[in-house]
Amino acid sequence: MVSMILKTAEDLQQPKTAGPLSRKPKWVSSLWKHRASYLFIAPFMISFIIFIVVPVLAAVILSFFSFDAVSRPRFNGWNNFLAILSQDRIFLQNAIPNTFKFAIIVGPGGYALSFFLAWLIHQLPKKIRDYFTLAIYAPSLAGGVAMVVVWVVLFSGDSVGYLNNLLLSFGIIDTPQLWLKDPRLFMNIMIVISLWSSMGVGFLAMLAGLQTINEEMLEAGSIDGISNRLQEIIYIIIPAIKPQMLFGAIMAVVGTLKAGMIGSILAQSTGQKITPQYSGHLIINHIDDFAFIRYEIGYAAALSVILLAIMYGASRFSIQLFGTKGDE
Amino acid sequence: MSADLAKKNRFARFVKRLKRSKPDYFLISAFIGLTLLAVFMLLPLVFIVNHAFKPINELFMYPPRFLAEHPTLFNFRQLFLNAQKMSIPFSRYFFNSVFTTGVTVAAAVLISAMAAYAFSKHKFPGSSVFFGLIIISLMFAPEAVVIPRFILISELGIMNTYFSHIWPLVAMPVGVFLMRQFIDQIPNALIEAAKIDGAKEWKIFYRIVLPVCMPAVATVAILAFQMSWSQTETSNYYVQVESLKTLPYYVATLTGGLANGVVGQGIAAAASLMIFLPNLIIFLLFQRQVLMTMAHSGIK
Repeated sequence: MVSMILKTAEDLQQPKTAGPLSRKPKWVSSLWKHRASYLFIAPFMISFIIFIVVPVLAAVILSFFSFDAVSRPRFNGWNNFLAILSQDRIFLQNAIPNTFKFAIIVGPGGYALSFFLAWLIHQLPKKIRDYFTLAIYAPSLAGGVAMVVVWVVLFSGDSVGYLNNLLLSFGIIDTPQLWLKDPRLFMNIMIVISLWSSMGVGFLAMLAGLQTINEEMLEAGSIDGISNRLQEIIYIIIPAIKPQMLFGAIMAVVGTLKAGMIGSILAQSTGQKITPQYSGHLIINHIDDFAFIRYEIGYAAALSVILLAIMYGASRFSIQLFGTKGDE
Repeated sequence: MSADLAKKNRFARFVKRLKRSKPDYFLISAFIGLTLLAVFMLLPLVFIVNHAFKPINELFMYPPRFLAEHPTLFNFRQLFLNAQKMSIPFSRYFFNSVFTTGVTVAAAVLISAMAAYAFSKHKFPGSSVFFGLIIISLMFAPEAVVIPRFILISELGIMNTYFSHIWPLVAMPVGVFLMRQFIDQIPNALIEAAKIDGAKEWKIFYRIVLPVCMPAVATVAILAFQMSWSQTETSNYYVQVESLKTLPYYVATLTGGLANGVVGQGIAAAASLMIFLPNLIIFLLFQRQVLMTMAHSGIK
């Protein structure tokens, strides 16, 4: 809309600017007129296009080729996608179910937890809020991946491992558990670690959003018959901080993808090449596997396209949930 | 009669007090629950601090102890010495990290703020398309397209240079987004007034916009710092020369195959701590500003 209005405004001005400039095409003079704006966005836009837009487009294009990083890419049509969806047993039997299990618990689960904790912290007196904010946010500062040394020692498989030792001494388990080598346990540990570090930027955004709600609104609500805290959350708080919640949701989608790397790092740190019997194998690990071990780059690109499509879908879904229609 | 009334009164007062104390119960339980949770959340961090300061015999101890009894700097000394024995000294990784992170933070903040200012206060053809693209890119993690990024970086000829640690990270859509939301709060009248006084765009930007949105600058700086300081992506994929790799990469080599060596655990804990602490300190310094910026983070 804005650009249309601008254009008509320029058309009106056109007769005034006689001289060499008016003979150039209209878009050139328009670019020149706004050169300051373009200069301001140029450094960012150039880096952004090179390192984000082009790689995403390149992944889409590569996904239709067969490419081994040495010989020339060969056009392959939909074959990569067909192979992924029909023949790739590890993808279909491990990566997809694992990714969904992991993503649903860590994504929406971690997100709901972030909201709940932000809300809970907001109920406390102002003076002590900062301490709790720091305690809840600090794990995401550290990041599950960077703290791998903690997990390796904590979840060590012998009875010297801290968790084993604790559970043995309380008599909860009889024999030490191989936390990081048992396929039945591995995924759960990935989820716990990721949830631990999931209260990140989105959590801060929602906490900050809560502080913008004014008390009068809550008082008005209680006069209108809102009687408990749950009603208050549903009818007043969530609508009031919808935009921050949307930001938090999108950050949760991206954060979940990044957190997924924890599986392969835990496996490597215990000397395993892959997660035990693919129990923690997510789509992102599958991409790495094909790209950097098998050098089937076209295939890996097709996998990344599928992953991007899932992420985009999840974000669109969040927008459906929390988007505000039009201006408020 | 009057005794009955007094009784009723007392009862009413009791009910009133009960009602008044009801939210307090909630507050108390919220406080206790949050405290327990906070302790639980901090346990791994307390653990890594203790582990980093444990002498060797305590690392081996059975049953394992959570806290270090006789804290020593042994692991930190080992960390420096161990690296000295190899071809690349520890200080080299450290310098690489400090240098590339410093440049990344400065560049990311500057170009994000510049772009955000134009998107917020200028009207120019294509601005809504470009900004829409930035919003969409918030939903994509560059980690998913490591391969094309790798090909691009090798085509650009910045493989094995400091640029490959810096440039890919400088494009920070979240930074532009948060900055723009913040700059939107600056009244247009302020900028118009400066224009009337004859200030050029650049001058408006660094004399008015930047000082006013310092909280957002701090926030984006922190986010850029976190992203750059602890990432291993660029060292893993875009740099093959050992002397140009960064600290997190070195820490990752220490933690690989960790489960087998107990001595390595202490050193790895010390190294991980050195990566974590700067993150924590910087956040502590700017916590208020971050929350101030985040209040405007909403997507409408």
